[in-house]
Amino acid sequence: MASPDDLTGEHGSLYAARKGVYPKKVDGPFRRFKWAIMAVTLAIYYGTPWIRWDRGPHAPDQAVLVDLANRRFYMFQIEIWPHEFYYVAGLLIMAGIGLFLVTSAVGRAWCGYACPQTVWTDLFQHVDRLIDGDRNAQIRLANGPWTAEKIAKRTVKYAIYLTVAFWTGGAWIMYFADAPTLTHDFWTGQAEPVAYVTVAVLTATTFVLGGFLREQVCIYMCPWPRIQTAMMDEKSLLVTYKDWRGEPRGSVKKAEKNPGAFGDCVDCNQCVAVCPTGIDIREGPQIGCITCALCIDACDSVMAQVGRPRGLIDYCTLDDAATEKAGGVAPPIRKTLFRPRTLVYFGLWGAIGLAMLFTLGQRTRLDLAVQHERSPLYVQLSDGAIRNNYTLKLRNMELRPRRVEISVRGLPEARLWIDGGSRETARQSLHMPLAPDSVTSARLFVVAPGDGPARQDFAIAVRALDDDPRGDREIIQFDRPGTEP
Amino acid sequence: MADHKRIDEVTGTVTSGHEWDGIEELDTPMPRWWLWSLYATIVWGIVYVILYPAWPMIHGATEGVLGWSSRGQLEAEMQADAARRAPVMNAIAATAIADLPAKPELMQAAVQGGAAAFRVHCVQCHGAGGAGVKTLYPSLTDDDWLWGGDLATIDYTITHGIRNPDHKATRTSLMPAFGRDGILDAGQIADVVSHVRVISRQEKPSASSARGAALFEANCAVCHGPAGEGGREVGAPKLTDAIWLYGGDRASIAATVTQPRNGVMPRWNSRLDPVTIKMLAAYVYSLGGGEKAPAPALAAAAPEGRGADGQP
Repeated sequence: MASPDDLTGEHGSLYAARKGVYPKKVDGPFRRFKWAIMAVTLAIYYGTPWIRWDRGPHAPDQAVLVDLANRRFYMFQIEIWPHEFYYVAGLLIMAGIGLFLVTSAVGRAWCGYACPQTVWTDLFQHVDRLIDGDRNAQIRLANGPWTAEKIAKRTVKYAIYLTVAFWTGGAWIMYFADAPTLTHDFWTGQAEPVAYVTVAVLTATTFVLGGFLREQVCIYMCPWPRIQTAMMDEKSLLVTYKDWRGEPRGSVKKAEKNPGAFGDCVDCNQCVAVCPTGIDIREGPQIGCITCALCIDACDSVMAQVGRPRGLIDYCTLDDAATEKAGGVAPPIRKTLFRPRTLVYFGLWGAIGLAMLFTLGQRTRLDLAVQHERSPLYVQLSDGAIRNNYTLKLRNMELRPRRVEISVRGLPEARLWIDGGSRETARQSLHMPLAPDSVTSARLFVVAPGDGPARQDFAIAVRALDDDPRGDREIIQFDRPGTEP
Repeated sequence: MADHKRIDEVTGTVTSGHEWDGIEELDTPMPRWWLWSLYATIVWGIVYVILYPAWPMIHGATEGVLGWSSRGQLEAEMQADAARRAPVMNAIAATAIADLPAKPELMQAAVQGGAAAFRVHCVQCHGAGGAGVKTLYPSLTDDDWLWGGDLATIDYTITHGIRNPDHKATRTSLMPAFGRDGILDAGQIADVVSHVRVISRQEKPSASSARGAALFEANCAVCHGPAGEGGREVGAPKLTDAIWLYGGDRASIAATVTQPRNGVMPRWNSRLDPVTIKMLAAYVYSLGGGEKAPAPALAAAAPEGRGADGQP
């Protein structure tokens, strides 16, 4: 705690230099859990673009591909077209509700385990330990003069940073093109400029954010800690220093001399030493705490050494803290995990997911969009008949060429033809081929007798002429003289 | 107020000394790298000012050492686009217009290019989509053509125009002003109108139409044909169909016979290159009324006029 005297000290500066954070190596269940999550998330990130998925000759064979050039999004057997972007919106809503769910149940678990900033910072801190040694060696090296050894170590470390950063940027672009082809093109200089620019930008941001800014991103830049603070309640899990058990602090020797005068905290500072954001958890919940739980591992191992029960620092809700402080026994953790709020979030999350899966299964992969040409709305033909023109957009979303029939219903004696045809050859329906996985545009001319209502609704229908007769239809107007445009 | 600075107990941070109803503001120091990023933006700004147009002067802005300008960029993009389109344009130029439909990709490119040119040069009279304007400009989307609706004929019409003054190859004809010049009197005009309305199946035959038939034979049939089927060599409209540019009711037909409009369209070979005209013809042809290759008798009429002007 600062005193008023500090007003004349370093507080006079408008800018604060970053205090170095040199987290100590630690082992324990939470650390091993973090290892596992890091391995899984990095494997997903780096590996996914290389998974192959056979879709036949008319589509790419990459399992996950955001094909911006051709406006297609492939995810295993699901193919999404731009007009189906609401599935992506649905995924984003699920991600949002998923974060509400996780935050209300286990607090800032996203920050502590799965956030890319956390995962890459963790990775870079392991690089620090690999090159510079553990916490004390790192501090010595940071404060020491620029010897040949320090220069060599810094060079090697930054080279590894750069390699990881480059690999990170390189993996990103693989999601947007065929990965093996793009890798070849990238190294032979044939890839699009945007590929090189993207890799350069992501390499730079990974290098700076993971290598240097680290916890500063969480504390100064990221809005998520503020938002999450508002989403947590008294039943959300927090990494908590149980001050009612730990205070007052005192070493083991002092405690032996004065039995009963000290709490369990032996003031060994291990919780501070291992913290990747450099905070002291004993000051209470704070914005710098990403709840990675490494201090729990550190404290538990110390408690084991001095023969005191584990959990001086532990996941604990605000309600449980109050109960324990008052001498009561906190209810089991599943009672705080399964409560109405989390169940409602989970229900919403699951319902959206199931609804999306259901609609995905029900999709018709042959789609018709009709636009009535408005200039002119109708054309008077010399024999008294009336022609209306329409623009058809036929989406064949299957990965095979198809033949379809276009027909009209509800317009007596109508004849139709498309570009290249003529009124002489017009019939009541027409057949046309559709290329696989593509949109076919056509101008449809519809002729009907001149006597009839000025504006008449009728249907243009499309159906496939193969094993799957499902199709689409659209109600549209036929206009005759007398219509006010 | 500023003398109320103190250290906040909870955060250990100095306050700014400002207080509103007990709410105080922490004067948390900014991280140092934040300051560096400010300096970086200043350096960026200086570099930008040197490289790109920046300072406004009396006659324009400082030019910047890269020599970049938005006009220059537009010009480069237009040139790149012209170069990209060159192969298609050359192919269209090298293809006889009547052969375009046999090459669907070329035809499609021509229709698209023609649509763009139509929006610039033609919509003022013929309307968006070639809808035409009633009593003024003909619709280009129907199946009725004054001068012919096949590709070569449309191309010729656009190239040389209709009744374009001082241009030998232009399409021309002149319907006499039967009423104004006293060739027919009002009663005779009414009789002719009756006949025209009978052959277009708008009226039943009558004594008036019987008199009109004789007058029609003597005055009109030379251009409009004995049965009123029209004559495309002189742009004489068909009088038996449902399409009336200037109106098909009694008053409108009488007005036309009294004082015809003899509509004018400018020639475009003085303003547009032959490829653009070709694409315009393809677009107009595609609007729904395009006719197949012309019958030999009609085809002979169009090329004859071409040599006089030396135009292709």
